[in-house]
Amino acid sequence: MLSYIIKRALGVIPVLLCVSMLVFGFVRLIPGDPALVMLGERATPENIARVREQLGLNKPIYEQYLTFVSHALRGDLGRSILRQEPVTQEIIRRFPATIELALAALLFAIAVGIPAGVISAVRRGSWFDSSSMLVALTGVSMPIFWLGLMLIYLFAVVLHLLPTGGRLDAGTQLAPITNLVLVDSLLRGNMPVFIQGLRHLLLPALALGTIPMAIIARMTRSSMLEVLGQDYIRTAHAKGLMARTVVVRHALRNAWLPIITVVGLQVGILLSGAILTETVFSWPGIGRWLVDAIYARDYPIVQGVTLIIALIFVVVNLSVDILYALVDPRIRFE
Amino acid sequence: MSSAPAATEGPATAGVLTRAPRSLWSDAWRRLIANRLARLGMAIAIFFLVLAIAVPVVFPYNARVDSDLMNQLLPPSSQHLMGTDEQGRDVMNRIGQGARASLGVGISAVMIALLIGSLIGLVAGFVGKTPDLLTMFAMDVLLSFPALLLAIAVVALLGPGLRNSLLAITIVSIPVYARIARSTVLSIKQQEFINAARCVGVPSPRILFRHILPNSLSPIVVAGTLGVATAILEIAALGFLGLGQQPPYPEWGAMLADSVKYLTSGAWWVLVFPGVAIMLTVLGLNLLGDGLRDALDPRLRV
Repeated sequence: MLSYIIKRALGVIPVLLCVSMLVFGFVRLIPGDPALVMLGERATPENIARVREQLGLNKPIYEQYLTFVSHALRGDLGRSILRQEPVTQEIIRRFPATIELALAALLFAIAVGIPAGVISAVRRGSWFDSSSMLVALTGVSMPIFWLGLMLIYLFAVVLHLLPTGGRLDAGTQLAPITNLVLVDSLLRGNMPVFIQGLRHLLLPALALGTIPMAIIARMTRSSMLEVLGQDYIRTAHAKGLMARTVVVRHALRNAWLPIITVVGLQVGILLSGAILTETVFSWPGIGRWLVDAIYARDYPIVQGVTLIIALIFVVVNLSVDILYALVDPRIRFE
Repeated sequence: MSSAPAATEGPATAGVLTRAPRSLWSDAWRRLIANRLARLGMAIAIFFLVLAIAVPVVFPYNARVDSDLMNQLLPPSSQHLMGTDEQGRDVMNRIGQGARASLGVGISAVMIALLIGSLIGLVAGFVGKTPDLLTMFAMDVLLSFPALLLAIAVVALLGPGLRNSLLAITIVSIPVYARIARSTVLSIKQQEFINAARCVGVPSPRILFRHILPNSLSPIVVAGTLGVATAILEIAALGFLGLGQQPPYPEWGAMLADSVKYLTSGAWWVLVFPGVAIMLTVLGLNLLGDGLRDALDPRLRV
């Protein structure tokens, strides 16, 4: 098993190297002088000289790339053009907001998607099956930002039940520990803020989690259907086991593999969906920061965030592969 | 599973078969239209396709002179069935006109990506060895980015606009089709009729395009249909972020971006209808794609 993990992990290194090359080349591919493009109206001779110096544009390209990679490996992603803030520190400061949102969305997706899929498969053709599959199909067909807008309109504007956006009400103070609002408020024993944070998290998590929920439900259903048709399920029923036991202990266990894969694949959807969800809900995570940076042509931020998201994406996909091999020994020995 | 036309029926088989053998495609077509949900999906997709082609022709539209500042944000009425937006433009008209941007870009992006991607996948899978390793490595690198993020990055680099969104969506879709085409080729390559063709001395390009390509079309067709749905969502997302179609031209995602500021003021019609248009189009294509997958699945053939 260990050799399998090492082999797979080593295989990722060249991919990551090329990813870093792409992300690096990204700014160099801008037609014209990158310093001029980034500065736009702010392009004074001093500013241009400063940005050139900062990006090392005066040096040969391979040297620039080596500097970029060696800095990135040490956790230094440069400074933003506009505010001169260190990109790495800003990512660390903003990332917990994105993680909190994405985890809440994933939790919702799994908690609703898997039971819905299992029940649909067990009661195939029932009223529950057709309606939940219709909901799932509608869920994957909705633009995530539109769903977010509709949720805001319904729950915040019309019903006044939940806030329209942000992580906390304006004016609420919470000294950060982990920068995860729910965790911090619990650590500080501040229940009102915890509830407030939860209320703010509910709609964006619902919006971001709907597509993954729909995909997970569909995959769980089809994987369960395949397993439920097997002979050993009939045997289990025949020897008099309770229907519940057959479904949970015999069928679901063997249906896990595709479900794990599809849950792992949701990370990409969650990360790119976070860009849209955070924009709609004014959520101060890295997705919204990325969009703002694109409008401001602050390319060091764009580079940094893109690199981090790609890194997470690759590492999660690798972990899913390894988990897969743990669950199914056949893969290890291929 | 050959795609040869039903010309093989001879006098010897006529007594055995109860019906003339059908090709894969005509057989799939029969099963596709027998599927209720697939029919619904096809109807929706065709409706929006007709909208995209016909509306700009039947109702000539100049986005630059369309504002009517006397009639801003009117709720739906008999005159404006879906109301008017913040510049007094008829929402229904703009949805109809915007269909061309969404569907046009979605379909062309997928067609280009499908052509390039499956060509890459076909050749890589057929040739094997180093070329295969290298191209699949390049595809892995592209797949290391979540698709929408990569599309956003490409548009951020090239500048906003519909044409650049088309390019961005094409680039992010290529690896998907390349992988599908390659895996199909790898399984077909092992089969005996390919070996037979080789033994007879058929040149490699001919084997690839006459024998392998037709037999690997069905997974590509299914992926392409579902791909148009994804592409439409991506175009809408880019438009919503202000990176796609630029004002004043209509596009569904951009229409939503223009209307966000009216979210709290109760002008629901500018927010609901463009979103419903996106959702229905994507839903239709998803239903059609699912139906095609079932219809083309040889395991379900009777």
